[in-house]
Amino acid sequence: MELKKKDWMLIAIIVCVAACAFFLNQILRDTGSGSVVVKVSGKMEGTYSLREDRIVEINHGSNILQIKNGEAEMTEADCPDLLCVHHKAVSENGESIICLPNKVFVEIRSKEKSKIDALTN
Amino acid sequence: MKNKVAYFGVFVALALIFSYVETLIPVIIAVPGVKLGLTNLIVVVVLYKMNFKSAALISITRILLSGFLFANMASIMYSLAGGMLSLIVMSVLKRTNAFHLISISIAGGVSHNIGQLIVAMLVLKTYSLIYYFSVLMIAGLVTGAIIGIVANEMLKRLTNINMK
Repeated sequence: MELKKKDWMLIAIIVCVAACAFFLNQILRDTGSGSVVVKVSGKMEGTYSLREDRIVEINHGSNILQIKNGEAEMTEADCPDLLCVHHKAVSENGESIICLPNKVFVEIRSKEKSKIDALTN
Repeated sequence: MKNKVAYFGVFVALALIFSYVETLIPVIIAVPGVKLGLTNLIVVVVLYKMNFKSAALISITRILLSGFLFANMASIMYSLAGGMLSLIVMSVLKRTNAFHLISISIAGGVSHNIGQLIVAMLVLKTYSLIYYFSVLMIAGLVTGAIIGIVANEMLKRLTNINMK
């Protein structure tokens, strides 16, 4: 099995195209094209873009929501069980964080189709 | 060619067995859809020992049979797209007489994955799958090289058998 120059060229082209596709994807990847919807007791409190990092005080500071790197995470809450704080950061369409004691509902809304078919809350 | 039917039977059976063996091998890489593509070995060997038409016939028969046996309609569609694209690419490259069998097999492996990805994007109507592109290309390169090396050894031992 002796590979000639043309063979190596073909392999090199394939590797190059794959590398280009990888880097192009890294550049073009749209992190957090969606937005975060915050509701307290069913009332809309605000909508924030996932694109810009910020810290949102919900319900006069009972819950602190952190938006960072296209993900939203509850960092602080004054509720006893802290389920919402332990919840993982959300970024996909339809994912949500709920704090029942404070009646806080945080949901991701994005135009892009979710990786998940359906979600039950 | 005298024993055409017999050769076809042997190769389709072999390809089918390879499809089955492949379902037994656990997925090594964490990317869905990456397989070794053992059946491509048969396609490459037939392409070299017989011709494009025979390879296409055996490939389609194998995909339909293994699809009905081990998978479903969706996977038949993906396999057909990948298999046909890879066969056409390999056949064209072989006709140029410029490439080694191993690189033709590599091109086949890469184009197989690309064909499947295109169908997946058309079916799911999403272009976000494009991030798989580079991963699948490299996967096709590696599996294609493995298949090419094995096919090369196989053909060396089949030189005395005339199937044309």
